[in-house]
Amino acid sequence: MTVPISHFVTFAAVLFAIGAAGVLLRRSGISILLGIELMLNAANLALVAFGRQHGQLDAQVFVFFVMAVAAAEVAVGLALLVAIFRKQRSIDVDRLNVMRW
Amino acid sequence: MRADLIALLPELMLATLAMAVLLAGLASGKARHGLLGAGAVLALAATGVTLWLAAGATDPGAHFFSGMFVLDHFAIFFKALFLLTAALVVLLSHDYLKRNDYRPGEYLALVMFATVGMMTMASGVNLAVIYVGLELMALSTYILAGYFRREVKSHEAAAKYFVLGAMSSGILLYGLSLIYGATGTLDLATLARVLASAKPGPSALVGVALLACGFLFKVAAVPFHVWTPDVYEGAPTPITAFMSVGPKAAAFAMFLRVFIGGLAPLAASWIWLVGVAAALTMIWGNVAALTQDNVKRMLAYSSIAHAGYALVGLVAGGPAGVNSVLFYMLVYTVTNIGAFGFVILLESRGYAGETVADYAGLARRHPAAAFGMLLFMLSLGGIPPTAGFMGKLYLFAAAVNAGYVWLVVVAVLMSAVSLYYYLRIVLQMYLREGDGAEPATLVAAPWTERVIWACGVAVLVIGLLPAPFLAAARAMAGAVGLL
Repeated sequence: MTVPISHFVTFAAVLFAIGAAGVLLRRSGISILLGIELMLNAANLALVAFGRQHGQLDAQVFVFFVMAVAAAEVAVGLALLVAIFRKQRSIDVDRLNVMRW
Repeated sequence: MRADLIALLPELMLATLAMAVLLAGLASGKARHGLLGAGAVLALAATGVTLWLAAGATDPGAHFFSGMFVLDHFAIFFKALFLLTAALVVLLSHDYLKRNDYRPGEYLALVMFATVGMMTMASGVNLAVIYVGLELMALSTYILAGYFRREVKSHEAAAKYFVLGAMSSGILLYGLSLIYGATGTLDLATLARVLASAKPGPSALVGVALLACGFLFKVAAVPFHVWTPDVYEGAPTPITAFMSVGPKAAAFAMFLRVFIGGLAPLAASWIWLVGVAAALTMIWGNVAALTQDNVKRMLAYSSIAHAGYALVGLVAGGPAGVNSVLFYMLVYTVTNIGAFGFVILLESRGYAGETVADYAGLARRHPAAAFGMLLFMLSLGGIPPTAGFMGKLYLFAAAVNAGYVWLVVVAVLMSAVSLYYYLRIVLQMYLREGDGAEPATLVAAPWTERVIWACGVAVLVIGLLPAPFLAAARAMAGAVGLL
């Protein structure tokens, strides 16, 4: 029994929506990073599923690159959070409000 | 294999030299601003020479690394532009970093890494290569925006840029995966063939829409522009100058390559989306700039507006549209780096010296510098005989010839609106007296001044003799739409 492609696509879409909601609604810097990871992994999952559907390896190789990029992105994000925490003693993004339109 | 490496040599070389600068910065400590800056400029110049040699040694129509990478005229034009931008920004940063007492090593290395990313974006003809280049550029720029770690504003800029930038990358990647699912390819030429032969399903169209959202974010177009003013205001000023021209030009290179190259068969579905975004961008960018008192913030809104003008060229499409965008990027680069150079000169007390009121009476105290700023403001506003006028003329001509008269009407009206806030600075400099007890003055920054001079001369030369530059852009643009 194989899982049909539509299951993967739906699951990826749900995962993507959860990640986007996490980025937009959460206040903690760490939760926002998690949301970004979910969005990237939703795209990864869709890529792998589509790659299998097309019978190609391109997409799976691409996913390795995306994983490496995601790791670098988290490193940068966490470093920024540490710098902000040192200065403000908080990683609540609502407190980043020095500049307003 | 050998030809592959020759085509990639400029990127390889710049990445290696960037690591060398990073290590040299760690080894030499704080004091070596001059040495490291000179090293970075030499590295960028050497990469330029390598680019020239590599371009001579390879066939512009050839594909490298199994069809993933090209070194066509379009890529060469953008790479040369990126190297020029990076070199000017390194020179601008020299006095600024010294004055604010930050280490130059990592900073210069990150500027060079971002340049490697931009060069990869200009050469990629495979969505995977373009994505990796984009992320290399974006990650380097996030760190640079937060480089002034003793400043709260710089942190805030980096955090906002990072969160929104990473989210837009996620959206872009998801769109990319849907397009791959619908067509089974990441290669732009194959993508165009597949899309032309079969009617695309809804998932491909959703993918294109998401991809367009990601790209519009990267060029800072409305409605994906909210990060721009905060990031531009909070980032170190030379980095603001860099972000407003380098990554923006790179995003346009990728936008042109992917949309006019790979997604051309779907033009009917995306062209109205980009057209509406262009109109909204021009309107909102210019109108919001009117109310700004902080000059960096005003220039941020102005850069949003300029992205709108360049999008007009993208909508026009065809060789004329593409080469007008290329020419405009060149014009905008020299003009905006010059304008930010002036802001750097005036920033005497950390973040102070940025408000419009600080410009009062500067023409009397610093006539030469004020004249330079006058030139840049006229060029941004699009007044002859400056480069900005020529850039807009060719953009709008291309759009009119392609039948987008309504878009050009919006663009011309908004250019007129933009004159108000550009000339407000000129007015302050020439007609007002500084009233404060402590009028702002320009700091001594020899390299920044030289960059301003060079940009001022370039603005005038391109404005008076546009033919050779336009011919260069025209020769370079040929390849993109017709992969």
